[in-house]
Amino acid sequence: MFAKLKQVLSVAAKSVAMVAVALLISSATSHAEEKKAQAGYPSWGPQFTLPKSDNKCVHDPDFAKTGKCVRDTAFMRRNHMELLKHKRDRTMRQGIRTKDSSLQNCINCHVTKDKADKAIKVSNPKHFCASCHLFVAVKLDCFECHRSTPETPKGSASIPKIPAHSNLLAANTDEAKNLKNFLSNHAKEGVTQ
Amino acid sequence: MSNISLKDQYINKTRRDFLKKAGAGVTTAMLASGITLMAYPDPALAREPNEGVDPTKRWGLLIDVNKCTEDCNECVTACSQENGWKLDGNPAVDSQWIRKLKIKNPKTGFEQTFPVMCQHCANPPCVDVCPTGASFKRADGIVLVDKHICIGCRYCMMACPYKARSFVHEPLEDQKSHAPRGKGTVESCTLCVHRVDRGDQPACVDRCATKGHGALMFGDLNDPKSEIAKTLATYATKQIRADLGLDTGVRYQNL
Repeated sequence: MFAKLKQVLSVAAKSVAMVAVALLISSATSHAEEKKAQAGYPSWGPQFTLPKSDNKCVHDPDFAKTGKCVRDTAFMRRNHMELLKHKRDRTMRQGIRTKDSSLQNCINCHVTKDKADKAIKVSNPKHFCASCHLFVAVKLDCFECHRSTPETPKGSASIPKIPAHSNLLAANTDEAKNLKNFLSNHAKEGVTQ
Repeated sequence: MSNISLKDQYINKTRRDFLKKAGAGVTTAMLASGITLMAYPDPALAREPNEGVDPTKRWGLLIDVNKCTEDCNECVTACSQENGWKLDGNPAVDSQWIRKLKIKNPKTGFEQTFPVMCQHCANPPCVDVCPTGASFKRADGIVLVDKHICIGCRYCMMACPYKARSFVHEPLEDQKSHAPRGKGTVESCTLCVHRVDRGDQPACVDRCATKGHGALMFGDLNDPKSEIAKTLATYATKQIRADLGLDTGVRYQNL
Protein backbone atom coordinates (compact mmCIF):
# COMPACT_ATOMS: atom_id res chain seq x y z
CA MET A 1 0.00 0.00 0.00
CA PHE A 2 2.87 2.39 0.72
CA ALA A 3 4.00 2.05 -2.87
CA LYS A 4 0.62 3.41 -3.86
CA LEU A 5 0.98 6.23 -1.36
CA LYS A 6 4.39 7.05 -2.76
CA GLN A 7 2.90 7.19 -6.20
CA VAL A 8 0.20 9.58 -5.07
CA LEU A 9 2.78 11.79 -3.39
CA SER A 10 5.01 11.78 -6.40
CA VAL A 11 2.07 12.96 -8.51
CA ALA A 12 1.57 15.71 -5.96
CA ALA A 13 5.23 16.60 -6.22
CA LYS A 14 5.04 16.80 -9.95
CA SER A 15 2.21 19.28 -9.75
CA VAL A 16 4.18 21.39 -7.31
CA ALA A 17 7.21 21.20 -9.53
CA MET A 18 5.05 22.42 -12.39
CA VAL A 19 4.10 25.44 -10.33
CA ALA A 20 7.76 25.99 -9.60
CA VAL A 21 8.64 25.82 -13.27
CA ALA A 22 5.76 28.12 -14.19
CA LEU A 23 6.90 30.64 -11.59
CA LEU A 24 10.47 30.40 -12.73
CA ILE A 25 9.48 30.89 -16.31
CA SER A 26 7.42 33.94 -15.46
CA SER A 27 10.26 35.46 -13.45
CA ALA A 28 12.69 34.60 -16.22
CA THR A 29 10.38 36.33 -18.67
CA SER A 30 10.59 39.73 -17.07
CA HIS A 31 14.35 39.36 -16.59
CA ALA A 32 14.88 38.37 -20.21
CA GLU A 33 12.74 41.22 -21.42
CA GLU A 34 14.73 43.70 -19.37
CA LYS A 35 17.95 42.35 -20.77
CA LYS A 36 16.62 42.44 -24.29
CA ALA A 37 15.41 45.98 -23.86
CA GLN A 38 18.90 46.94 -22.74
CA ALA A 39 20.54 45.14 -25.62
CA GLY A 40 18.08 46.59 -28.11
CA TYR A 41 16.57 43.27 -29.20
CA PRO A 42 13.30 43.50 -31.11
CA SER A 43 10.25 42.76 -28.98
CA TRP A 44 9.15 39.81 -31.14
CA GLY A 45 12.12 37.63 -30.16
CA PRO A 46 11.93 34.81 -27.61
CA GLN A 47 9.75 36.03 -24.78
CA PHE A 48 11.67 34.27 -22.05
CA THR A 49 14.85 32.34 -21.44
CA LEU A 50 14.59 28.57 -21.37
CA PRO A 51 14.59 26.95 -17.91
CA LYS A 52 18.03 26.91 -16.34
CA SER A 53 19.63 24.02 -14.52
CA ASP A 54 18.56 25.30 -11.10
CA ASN A 55 15.04 24.29 -12.01
CA LYS A 56 13.26 21.59 -10.11
CA CYS A 57 12.71 18.80 -12.55
CA VAL A 58 9.99 16.21 -12.29
CA HIS A 59 11.41 13.76 -14.80
CA ASP A 60 14.83 12.91 -13.51
CA PRO A 61 15.24 11.50 -9.98
CA ASP A 62 18.95 12.29 -10.17
CA PHE A 63 18.25 15.92 -10.86
CA ALA A 64 20.06 17.11 -7.75
CA LYS A 65 23.21 15.34 -8.92
CA THR A 66 23.11 16.05 -12.62
CA GLY A 67 21.34 19.39 -12.62
CA LYS A 68 19.65 18.45 -15.87
CA CYS A 69 16.02 18.29 -16.92
CA VAL A 70 15.25 15.53 -19.43
CA ARG A 71 18.70 16.35 -20.77
CA ASP A 72 20.72 19.49 -20.28
CA THR A 73 19.43 22.69 -21.80
CA ALA A 74 22.00 22.94 -24.60
CA PHE A 75 21.23 19.38 -25.72
CA MET A 76 17.50 19.96 -25.56
CA ARG A 77 17.69 23.15 -27.62
CA ARG A 78 19.39 21.30 -30.45
CA ASN A 79 17.85 17.85 -30.17
CA HIS A 80 14.40 18.01 -28.61
CA MET A 81 12.84 17.24 -31.99
CA GLU A 82 14.88 14.05 -32.30
CA LEU A 83 13.78 12.86 -28.87
CA LEU A 84 10.18 13.65 -29.68
CA LYS A 85 10.35 11.91 -33.03
CA HIS A 86 11.93 8.81 -31.54
CA LYS A 87 9.33 8.70 -28.80
CA ARG A 88 6.44 9.33 -31.15
CA ASP A 89 7.27 6.24 -33.19
CA ARG A 90 7.75 4.11 -30.10
CA THR A 91 4.39 5.23 -28.73
CA MET A 92 2.51 5.00 -32.00
CA ARG A 93 3.89 1.69 -33.22
CA GLN A 94 4.87 -0.13 -30.04
CA GLY A 95 2.48 1.35 -27.51
CA ILE A 96 5.31 2.47 -25.20
CA ARG A 97 3.89 5.26 -23.11
CA THR A 98 6.63 6.33 -20.71
CA LYS A 99 6.80 9.91 -19.51
CA ASP A 100 10.35 10.40 -20.76
CA SER A 101 10.34 12.50 -23.95
CA SER A 102 6.56 12.44 -24.08
CA LEU A 103 5.14 15.55 -25.72
CA GLN A 104 2.28 15.52 -23.26
CA ASN A 105 4.75 15.71 -20.41
CA CYS A 106 6.69 18.55 -22.07
CA ILE A 107 3.46 20.49 -22.37
CA ASN A 108 2.39 19.77 -18.81
CA CYS A 109 5.63 21.14 -17.42
CA HIS A 110 6.58 23.94 -19.83
CA VAL A 111 3.28 25.69 -19.43
CA THR A 112 3.08 29.46 -19.77
CA LYS A 113 0.15 31.20 -18.17
CA ASP A 114 -1.56 34.47 -18.91
CA LYS A 115 -2.63 37.06 -16.35
CA ALA A 116 -5.85 35.15 -15.70
CA ASP A 117 -3.76 32.12 -14.67
CA LYS A 118 -4.90 30.23 -17.75
CA ALA A 119 -2.47 28.26 -19.90
CA ILE A 120 -1.86 29.97 -23.21
CA LYS A 121 -2.13 28.19 -26.54
CA VAL A 122 0.52 27.88 -29.19
CA SER A 123 -1.20 30.59 -31.22
CA ASN A 124 0.05 33.04 -28.58
CA PRO A 125 3.66 34.05 -29.31
CA LYS A 126 4.51 33.74 -25.62
CA HIS A 127 3.80 30.00 -25.63
CA PHE A 128 6.94 28.10 -24.63
CA CYS A 129 7.31 26.38 -28.00
CA ALA A 130 5.97 29.22 -30.12
CA SER A 131 8.36 31.85 -28.78
CA CYS A 132 11.47 30.13 -30.09
CA HIS A 133 9.88 28.69 -33.20
CA LEU A 134 8.63 32.10 -34.24
CA PHE A 135 12.03 33.58 -33.61
CA VAL A 136 13.86 31.04 -35.75
CA ALA A 137 10.98 30.81 -38.28
CA VAL A 138 10.63 27.04 -38.07
CA LYS A 139 7.12 25.78 -38.64
CA LEU A 140 5.72 23.91 -35.67
CA ASP A 141 3.63 20.96 -36.78
CA CYS A 142 3.03 19.15 -33.49
CA PHE A 143 0.02 21.23 -32.56
CA GLU A 144 -1.83 20.61 -35.79
CA CYS A 145 -3.01 17.48 -34.01
CA HIS A 146 -1.77 17.66 -30.41
CA ARG A 147 -3.15 20.12 -27.91
CA SER A 148 -0.73 22.83 -26.84
CA THR A 149 -1.95 23.24 -23.25
CA PRO A 150 -2.06 20.82 -20.32
CA GLU A 151 -5.27 18.89 -20.07
CA THR A 152 -7.22 18.88 -16.85
CA PRO A 153 -10.67 17.39 -16.28
CA LYS A 154 -12.36 20.78 -16.42
CA GLY A 155 -10.48 21.83 -19.52
CA SER A 156 -8.69 24.59 -17.65
CA ALA A 157 -5.05 24.45 -16.70
CA SER A 158 -5.31 25.19 -13.01
CA ILE A 159 -2.70 23.36 -10.99
CA PRO A 160 -3.74 22.19 -7.53
CA LYS A 161 -1.72 23.50 -4.60
CA ILE A 162 -0.51 20.48 -2.63
CA PRO A 163 2.44 19.87 -0.31
CA ALA A 164 5.95 19.52 -1.66
CA HIS A 165 7.74 16.23 -2.24
CA SER A 166 11.06 15.71 -0.50
CA ASN A 167 12.89 13.88 -3.27
CA LEU A 168 12.44 16.56 -5.85
CA LEU A 169 12.20 19.88 -4.11
CA ALA A 170 14.79 21.66 -2.03
CA ALA A 171 16.01 19.17 0.56
CA ASN A 172 16.63 21.66 3.36
CA THR A 173 13.12 22.97 3.95
CA ASP A 174 11.31 21.74 7.04
CA GLU A 175 8.34 20.65 5.01
CA ALA A 176 10.49 18.53 2.75
CA LYS A 177 12.27 16.95 5.72
CA ASN A 178 9.01 16.10 7.39
CA LEU A 179 7.72 14.50 4.26
CA LYS A 180 10.91 12.54 3.77
CA ASN A 181 10.68 11.17 7.31
CA PHE A 182 7.05 10.36 6.79
CA LEU A 183 7.82 8.42 3.63
CA SER A 184 10.77 6.51 5.09
CA ASN A 185 8.71 5.56 8.15
CA HIS A 186 6.00 4.26 5.92
CA ALA A 187 8.53 2.30 3.93
CA LYS A 188 9.80 0.66 7.14
CA GLU A 189 6.28 -0.22 8.22
CA GLY A 190 5.68 -1.75 4.85
CA VAL A 191 8.72 -4.01 5.21
CA THR A 192 7.76 -5.22 8.70
CA GLN A 193 4.27 -6.10 7.52
CA MET B 1 9.69 4.08 -14.69
CA SER B 2 13.04 5.47 -13.71
CA ASN B 3 11.70 7.20 -10.60
CA ILE B 4 10.35 4.00 -9.09
CA SER B 5 12.71 2.19 -6.76
CA LEU B 6 13.82 -1.37 -7.37
CA LYS B 7 11.84 -2.47 -4.36
CA ASP B 8 8.65 -0.97 -5.76
CA GLN B 9 9.32 -2.55 -9.10
CA TYR B 10 9.69 -5.89 -7.39
CA ILE B 11 6.46 -5.38 -5.48
CA ASN B 12 4.62 -4.38 -8.63
CA LYS B 13 6.02 -7.38 -10.46
CA THR B 14 5.05 -9.87 -7.78
CA ARG B 15 1.63 -8.30 -7.55
CA ARG B 16 1.15 -8.60 -11.29
CA ASP B 17 2.34 -12.18 -11.31
CA PHE B 18 0.02 -13.01 -8.44
CA LEU B 19 -2.91 -11.48 -10.26
CA LYS B 20 -2.04 -13.27 -13.46
CA LYS B 21 -2.16 -16.56 -11.60
CA ALA B 22 -5.41 -15.54 -9.96
CA GLY B 23 -7.02 -15.73 -13.38
CA ALA B 24 -9.10 -13.63 -15.73
CA GLY B 25 -12.31 -11.73 -15.15
CA VAL B 26 -13.06 -9.69 -12.06
CA THR B 27 -10.50 -10.65 -9.48
CA THR B 28 -10.74 -9.96 -5.79
CA ALA B 29 -7.89 -11.09 -3.66
CA MET B 30 -7.18 -10.90 0.05
CA LEU B 31 -3.52 -9.93 0.25
CA ALA B 32 -3.37 -9.66 4.02
CA SER B 33 -5.87 -9.19 6.79
CA GLY B 34 -7.80 -6.02 6.14
CA ILE B 35 -6.30 -5.39 2.72
CA THR B 36 -8.47 -6.34 -0.20
CA LEU B 37 -7.21 -5.90 -3.68
CA MET B 38 -9.83 -5.57 -6.37
CA ALA B 39 -8.84 -5.66 -9.97
CA TYR B 40 -11.16 -4.95 -12.85
CA PRO B 41 -11.66 -5.99 -15.60
CA ASP B 42 -8.63 -8.20 -16.03
CA PRO B 43 -5.33 -7.51 -14.29
CA ALA B 44 -3.46 -9.73 -16.70
CA LEU B 45 -4.24 -7.20 -19.43
CA ALA B 46 -2.12 -4.53 -17.78
CA ARG B 47 1.47 -4.04 -18.76
CA GLU B 48 4.21 -1.65 -17.79
CA PRO B 49 4.33 1.62 -19.77
CA ASN B 50 7.85 0.78 -20.98
CA GLU B 51 6.87 -2.61 -22.36
CA GLY B 52 5.94 -2.77 -26.03
CA VAL B 53 2.72 -4.31 -27.30
CA ASP B 54 2.37 -8.05 -26.88
CA PRO B 55 2.22 -9.70 -30.33
CA THR B 56 0.64 -12.84 -28.87
CA LYS B 57 -2.54 -10.88 -28.17
CA ARG B 58 -5.27 -9.97 -30.57
CA TRP B 59 -7.72 -7.48 -29.17
CA GLY B 60 -11.29 -7.76 -30.30
CA LEU B 61 -14.87 -6.86 -29.54
CA LEU B 62 -17.98 -8.96 -29.35
CA ILE B 63 -21.28 -7.15 -29.80
CA ASP B 64 -24.43 -8.91 -28.68
CA VAL B 65 -27.04 -7.39 -30.96
CA ASN B 66 -29.94 -8.71 -28.86
CA LYS B 67 -28.77 -6.64 -25.91
CA CYS B 68 -28.36 -3.47 -28.01
CA THR B 69 -31.45 -1.28 -27.72
CA GLU B 70 -32.70 1.05 -30.40
CA ASP B 71 -33.12 4.18 -28.31
CA CYS B 72 -29.68 3.97 -26.72
CA ASN B 73 -26.72 5.85 -28.17
CA GLU B 74 -24.40 5.62 -25.17
CA CYS B 75 -21.48 3.88 -26.89
CA VAL B 76 -21.34 6.66 -29.47
CA THR B 77 -21.57 9.36 -26.79
CA ALA B 78 -18.87 7.68 -24.72
CA CYS B 79 -16.55 7.48 -27.72
CA SER B 80 -17.16 11.12 -28.58
CA GLN B 81 -16.43 12.23 -25.03
CA GLU B 82 -13.39 10.01 -24.66
CA ASN B 83 -11.77 10.96 -27.94
CA GLY B 84 -13.03 14.51 -28.29
CA TRP B 85 -14.76 14.31 -31.66
CA LYS B 86 -18.07 15.98 -32.38
CA LEU B 87 -20.74 15.54 -35.02
CA ASP B 88 -21.56 18.84 -36.70
CA GLY B 89 -24.63 17.55 -38.51
CA ASN B 90 -23.04 17.23 -41.92
CA PRO B 91 -22.97 13.51 -42.78
CA ALA B 92 -20.65 14.12 -45.74
CA VAL B 93 -17.78 15.20 -43.50
CA ASP B 94 -18.75 14.00 -40.01
CA SER B 95 -16.43 11.80 -37.99
CA GLN B 96 -17.04 8.07 -38.30
CA TRP B 97 -15.42 6.60 -35.23
CA ILE B 98 -18.53 4.68 -34.23
CA ARG B 99 -22.13 4.87 -35.35
CA LYS B 100 -25.38 3.05 -34.69
CA LEU B 101 -26.89 1.17 -37.62
CA LYS B 102 -30.42 -0.08 -38.02
CA ILE B 103 -31.21 -3.01 -40.29
CA LYS B 104 -34.60 -4.28 -41.31
CA ASN B 105 -35.77 -7.46 -42.94
CA PRO B 106 -38.17 -6.14 -45.58
CA LYS B 107 -40.15 -9.39 -45.67
CA THR B 108 -40.81 -9.79 -41.97
CA GLY B 109 -40.27 -6.23 -40.75
CA PHE B 110 -37.80 -7.47 -38.12
CA GLU B 111 -35.46 -4.70 -37.03
CA GLN B 112 -32.12 -4.67 -35.23
CA THR B 113 -29.73 -1.91 -34.19
CA PHE B 114 -26.06 -2.23 -33.39
CA PRO B 115 -22.90 -0.14 -33.39
CA VAL B 116 -20.37 -0.32 -36.21
CA MET B 117 -16.84 0.95 -35.89
CA CYS B 118 -13.44 0.05 -37.34
CA GLN B 119 -13.53 -3.74 -37.46
CA HIS B 120 -9.79 -4.08 -36.78
CA CYS B 121 -9.27 -6.63 -39.54
CA ALA B 122 -6.44 -9.12 -39.51
CA ASN B 123 -6.03 -8.40 -43.24
CA PRO B 124 -6.95 -4.72 -43.37
CA PRO B 125 -7.52 -3.29 -46.86
CA CYS B 126 -6.78 0.21 -45.53
CA VAL B 127 -3.24 -0.90 -44.73
CA ASP B 128 -2.83 -2.51 -48.15
CA VAL B 129 -3.61 0.67 -50.03
CA CYS B 130 -1.84 3.23 -47.85
CA PRO B 131 0.97 4.80 -49.91
CA THR B 132 2.98 6.07 -46.92
CA GLY B 133 2.61 3.32 -44.32
CA ALA B 134 0.57 5.61 -42.11
CA SER B 135 -2.27 3.12 -41.96
CA PHE B 136 -0.92 0.18 -40.04
CA LYS B 137 -1.83 -2.75 -37.85
CA ARG B 138 -0.21 -2.89 -34.44
CA ALA B 139 1.30 -6.18 -33.28
CA ASP B 140 -1.70 -6.78 -31.03
CA GLY B 141 -4.17 -6.42 -33.91
CA ILE B 142 -5.31 -2.81 -33.44
CA VAL B 143 -5.52 -0.96 -36.76
CA LEU B 144 -4.44 2.67 -36.50
CA VAL B 145 -3.59 5.76 -38.52
CA ASP B 146 -0.16 7.23 -37.84
CA LYS B 147 -1.13 10.87 -38.35
CA HIS B 148 2.52 11.90 -38.30
CA ILE B 149 2.98 10.41 -41.76
CA CYS B 150 -0.61 10.45 -43.08
CA ILE B 151 -0.78 12.70 -46.15
CA GLY B 152 -4.57 12.75 -46.23
CA CYS B 153 -4.98 11.00 -49.59
CA ARG B 154 -8.02 9.09 -48.29
CA TYR B 155 -7.34 5.88 -50.21
CA CYS B 156 -7.94 3.99 -46.98
CA MET B 157 -11.38 5.54 -46.67
CA MET B 158 -12.24 4.23 -50.12
CA ALA B 159 -10.74 0.81 -49.42
CA CYS B 160 -12.61 0.24 -46.16
CA PRO B 161 -15.77 -1.82 -46.79
CA TYR B 162 -17.23 -0.68 -43.46
CA LYS B 163 -16.89 3.08 -44.08
CA ALA B 164 -15.18 3.19 -40.73
CA ARG B 165 -12.80 6.02 -41.53
CA SER B 166 -13.29 9.73 -41.91
CA PHE B 167 -11.26 12.78 -42.76
CA VAL B 168 -10.76 15.88 -40.65
CA HIS B 169 -11.69 18.86 -42.78
CA GLU B 170 -11.38 21.74 -40.34
CA PRO B 171 -8.55 22.91 -38.10
CA LEU B 172 -8.98 21.74 -34.51
CA GLU B 173 -7.93 23.02 -31.10
CA ASP B 174 -7.96 21.57 -27.59
CA GLN B 175 -8.01 17.94 -28.62
CA LYS B 176 -7.77 15.28 -25.95
CA SER B 177 -4.10 14.82 -25.13
CA HIS B 178 -4.42 11.03 -25.50
CA ALA B 179 -6.28 11.28 -28.83
CA PRO B 180 -4.49 13.73 -31.13
CA ARG B 181 -6.40 14.50 -34.30
CA GLY B 182 -5.99 17.23 -36.85
CA LYS B 183 -6.92 18.71 -40.18
CA GLY B 184 -5.73 16.86 -43.24
CA THR B 185 -5.49 13.41 -41.70
CA VAL B 186 -7.72 10.35 -41.67
CA GLU B 187 -9.05 9.02 -38.39
CA SER B 188 -11.04 6.07 -37.12
CA CYS B 189 -11.80 4.01 -34.04
CA THR B 190 -8.53 3.27 -32.21
CA LEU B 191 -10.12 0.65 -29.96
CA CYS B 192 -9.23 3.24 -27.29
CA VAL B 193 -5.62 2.22 -27.64
CA HIS B 194 -4.54 4.57 -24.83
CA ARG B 195 -6.89 2.77 -22.45
CA VAL B 196 -5.93 -0.69 -23.70
CA ASP B 197 -2.27 0.18 -23.13
CA ARG B 198 -2.94 0.91 -19.47
CA GLY B 199 -5.04 -2.24 -19.03
CA ASP B 200 -8.51 -0.76 -19.37
CA GLN B 201 -11.22 -1.60 -21.86
CA PRO B 202 -12.50 0.81 -24.54
CA ALA B 203 -14.80 3.65 -23.48
CA CYS B 204 -17.79 2.28 -25.41
CA VAL B 205 -17.54 -1.09 -23.67
CA ASP B 206 -17.23 0.61 -20.29
CA ARG B 207 -20.24 2.84 -20.86
CA CYS B 208 -22.42 0.02 -22.23
CA ALA B 209 -21.65 -1.98 -19.09
CA THR B 210 -22.30 0.90 -16.67
CA LYS B 211 -25.61 1.64 -18.38
CA GLY B 212 -26.58 -1.94 -17.65
CA HIS B 213 -26.80 -3.22 -21.23
CA GLY B 214 -23.58 -5.19 -21.36
CA ALA B 215 -23.92 -5.61 -25.11
CA LEU B 216 -20.22 -5.02 -25.74
CA MET B 217 -17.41 -7.29 -24.66
CA PHE B 218 -13.70 -6.58 -25.05
CA GLY B 219 -10.87 -9.05 -24.79
CA ASP B 220 -8.05 -11.06 -26.27
CA LEU B 221 -9.29 -13.28 -29.10
CA ASN B 222 -6.09 -15.31 -28.98
CA ASP B 223 -6.37 -16.25 -25.31
CA PRO B 224 -8.65 -19.30 -25.01
CA LYS B 225 -9.20 -18.47 -21.33
CA SER B 226 -10.54 -14.97 -22.01
CA GLU B 227 -14.26 -14.40 -21.67
CA ILE B 228 -14.58 -13.22 -25.26
CA ALA B 229 -12.82 -16.30 -26.65
CA LYS B 230 -14.97 -18.57 -24.51
CA THR B 231 -18.13 -16.88 -25.76
CA LEU B 232 -16.93 -17.13 -29.35
CA ALA B 233 -16.28 -20.83 -28.78
CA THR B 234 -19.74 -21.40 -27.28
CA TYR B 235 -22.15 -19.33 -29.36
CA ALA B 236 -22.70 -18.66 -33.04
CA THR B 237 -21.15 -15.31 -33.95
CA LYS B 238 -20.68 -13.42 -37.19
CA GLN B 239 -18.25 -11.10 -38.84
CA ILE B 240 -19.81 -8.45 -41.04
CA ARG B 241 -18.97 -9.17 -44.69
CA ALA B 242 -17.14 -12.34 -43.71
CA ASP B 243 -17.12 -13.14 -47.44
CA LEU B 244 -14.35 -10.58 -47.91
CA GLY B 245 -12.02 -12.74 -45.85
CA LEU B 246 -10.70 -9.84 -43.78
CA ASP B 247 -10.94 -11.72 -40.47
CA THR B 248 -12.34 -8.84 -38.45
CA GLY B 249 -11.57 -8.36 -34.78
CA VAL B 250 -15.10 -7.11 -34.12
CA ARG B 251 -17.64 -9.91 -33.99
CA TYR B 252 -21.44 -9.87 -33.74
CA GLN B 253 -23.69 -12.23 -31.83
CA ASN B 254 -27.40 -12.73 -32.61
CA LEU B 255 -27.14 -10.71 -35.81
